Amino acid sequence: MTKSELIARIAERNPHLFQRDVERIVSTIFDQISAALTRGDRVELRGFGAFSVKHRDSRIGRNPRTGEAVEVSEKTVPYFKTGKQLRDLLNDSPSHDQPISSPDTLS
Amino acid sequence: MSSTMTRAQLIESIYQEVGLSRNESAELLEMVLGEMSSALVRAETVKISSFGSFSVRQKGERIGRNPKTGDEVPIIPRKVLVFRPSQLLKARIRGEDVSGIKLDVDAVPTSAPRSFSSET
Repeated sequence: MTKSELIARIAERNPHLFQRDVERIVSTIFDQISAALTRGDRVELRGFGAFSVKHRDSRIGRNPRTGEAVEVSEKTVPYFKTGKQLRDLLNDSPSHDQPISSPDTLS
Repeated sequence: MSSTMTRAQLIESIYQEVGLSRNESAELLEMVLGEMSSALVRAETVKISSFGSFSVRQKGERIGRNPKTGDEVPIIPRKVLVFRPSQLLKARIRGEDVSGIKLDVDAVPTSAPRSFSSET
């Protein structure tokens, strides 16, 4: 599913809205999430998941082809953690049946 | 000081941008998240250009350990959701000038087939 397919699907379910308004709604959602992450904020959508930014310190990496050591500078990267409800939906089983398999307990 | 954005702020943004009622804005946000979730449950990849892509990976069974007791526990095979941010989103977060990056950069690079699980 692409963004345009997502927009088409939402437009189909909302015949009273103009397609361009649906486009603006969908774009607003992702633009606002991006803007929040750019500010360093977290975005928490209970049931779906949470977006956050993680700081990575600089480290010595290696060029996998030549084996040469290179310094990888510090950076901030976006991160997404799947919400419990969506994780359960993907595995269609309630998570209390398998407590230890939860990634939280094994990180 | 970092803060947390929730549905409330996104609903407010939709309300201000499009002028729908707050109730309808809330319903549309839920619909968007719901359609994305359903696609993922159908094992479809969801690609949002200039934002990133969400895909589902099947993880095999492995032996894990209870970190508290040290007991070995089998971890059953399961599906995990992986989010790969687009180059544009990564650049924005690094604070780079992104005006030169074209907006339709695909979230999935053609050269690197590997992807990282969001839980590692």
